[in-house]
Amino acid sequence: MIHNLKHRINVRFASKGVLFSKKIDEFLCDCSNAFLFVVRFFKEAFTKPFHLNELINQCFDVGLKSLLLISITGFIVGVVFTEQSRPGLVDFGATSWLPSLVCLAIVRALGPLVTALICAGKVGSGIGAELGSMQVTEQIDAMEVSAINPFKYLVVTRVMATTIAIPVLAIYCSFIGLYGSYLNVHEQESSSLISFYQNAFSYISFLDLFAFMLKSVTYGFTIGMVSCYMGYHATQGTRGVGRAANQAVVLTIFLVFIEEFIIVTGINFFRYG
Amino acid sequence: MERENRHIVNDHAPVISISGLFKSFGELPVLQGIDLNLYEGENIAILGKSGSGKSVLIKMIVGLLLPDKGLVTVLGQNVAALNRKALDRLRLHIGFSFQNSALYDSMNVFQNLAFPLTMNVKHLNRLQVTRAVEEALEAVGLRDKIREMPSDLSGGQRKRIGIARTLILKPKIMLYDEPTSGLDPVTSADIIELINLVQSQYHTSSLIITHDLTCAKNTANRIAMLSKGKFSKIGSFDELFVTDDDQLKAFFNYNFLQ
Ligand SMILES: Nc1ncnc2c1ncn2[C@@H]1O[C@H](COP(=O)(O)OP(=O)(O)O)[C@@H](O)[C@H]1O
Ligand SMILES: [Mg+2]
Repeated sequence: MIHNLKHRINVRFASKGVLFSKKIDEFLCDCSNAFLFVVRFFKEAFTKPFHLNELINQCFDVGLKSLLLISITGFIVGVVFTEQSRPGLVDFGATSWLPSLVCLAIVRALGPLVTALICAGKVGSGIGAELGSMQVTEQIDAMEVSAINPFKYLVVTRVMATTIAIPVLAIYCSFIGLYGSYLNVHEQESSSLISFYQNAFSYISFLDLFAFMLKSVTYGFTIGMVSCYMGYHATQGTRGVGRAANQAVVLTIFLVFIEEFIIVTGINFFRYG
Repeated sequence: MERENRHIVNDHAPVISISGLFKSFGELPVLQGIDLNLYEGENIAILGKSGSGKSVLIKMIVGLLLPDKGLVTVLGQNVAALNRKALDRLRLHIGFSFQNSALYDSMNVFQNLAFPLTMNVKHLNRLQVTRAVEEALEAVGLRDKIREMPSDLSGGQRKRIGIARTLILKPKIMLYDEPTSGLDPVTSADIIELINLVQSQYHTSSLIITHDLTCAKNTANRIAMLSKGKFSKIGSFDELFVTDDDQLKAFFNYNFLQ
């Protein structure tokens, strides 16, 4: 059982005294705990009972919480990116490339990234604080002793919800961004919506869409996993709740950029050989 | 309100049996050789200073913490050796009332009580759930609070709702973690009355963790004193109270002067 395994690892670390230095020991202990947390997720996500109602609730929660923010930021990113890219293209008389340039930028980088950053702040801190306060006020223990598996009920549903909802939000964010871009292009170069979208997607390949989905799913999973881990392991009362929320956001954003780099490198290796 | 101090001598196996229990956190030893038997129908109060490991002890009874050494047997089963399913089945027989009530603060009172029921008992219809919730709330005397959020309740009411939430699964064993701490004397007396009522109505055996001597005196058949990781004394209130142990005397005096 994971619980036992984790206990054994902690006991082993504790019983050997200081292995390296206290800081490094703690870090290794955290890493092993985080690894076991992820393993436990995959074990429990595919066994009964599935809390479908709670999963649907959480999906709506994640989606609705960040919808407004994503609409605004997505729109602004589209408008600003178009506006700022125009001078470079004007010099070559190539403003007709503007839609496809913006679309490439949004699909290949901005859409998933902006969504992930907004959701890390909005959803990640929310989950971190919520689970953190449930942990320090013993609500998680209370679930456990009434024979409800809190990991399944709280963690699995939330991680699944972010993994499902964030790709949807990323698609939505990308379309809003393109719409912002269209309004800008329409005003300056007076193109129609249909020709804008045809133009925009002309350079988008299947690999781009695949990378888009891969990234958004990865970011969604990361946001859910990190925030749940931080909340679930909160200690030391109210201060711990604040720290859990804070660390959830900081670590998520850091990991999102690392993942962005790895995925882009991988995809480009695939694309260009 | 004082209870008769009958000792429950029982040839049945104890419902909870703890032997040679050790637990430490890193360098900090908390429990160092605990032995205790709780028999059917019996109430034992565990007295001890704050930080002496009382909560750690009852958390090991429900498998929230694992012992370093020693055996905890509940209803004949070794808690540390159970797999998740068996442990959950055992936990259904144990009601655990948390020190700070641990009500789910995103749910109202009705949902707090219905949650453990609907999660554990399949195929209940709405009416059966409502009836069970009302019955449990009736037992703790807070039926009118059914639609309130936990944040709108007083400390004493939260404790009662917490107890009602455990009663809904009809436990055989009740574990109370400091049921009267942080409550005024009148509310404390109400909770003490409730603990006794639960015992007679639901036929439970209980461990009551407390540092409130009045609570121990009025609820327990036996009292166990936890100090330095061990039970320094176990016996009825009268047996313990007439003592020449200086530490105990100091403890009693402290409590009575409060
Ligand atoms: N999960 C834990 N990790 C580390 N130390 C703990 C843990 N739980 C309890 N302790 C420590 O064990 C000691 C006893 O705690 P506790 O049982 O809560 O005391 P009390 O008798 O007041 O209920 C305290 O010093 C506490 O800091
Ligand atoms: Mg305690």
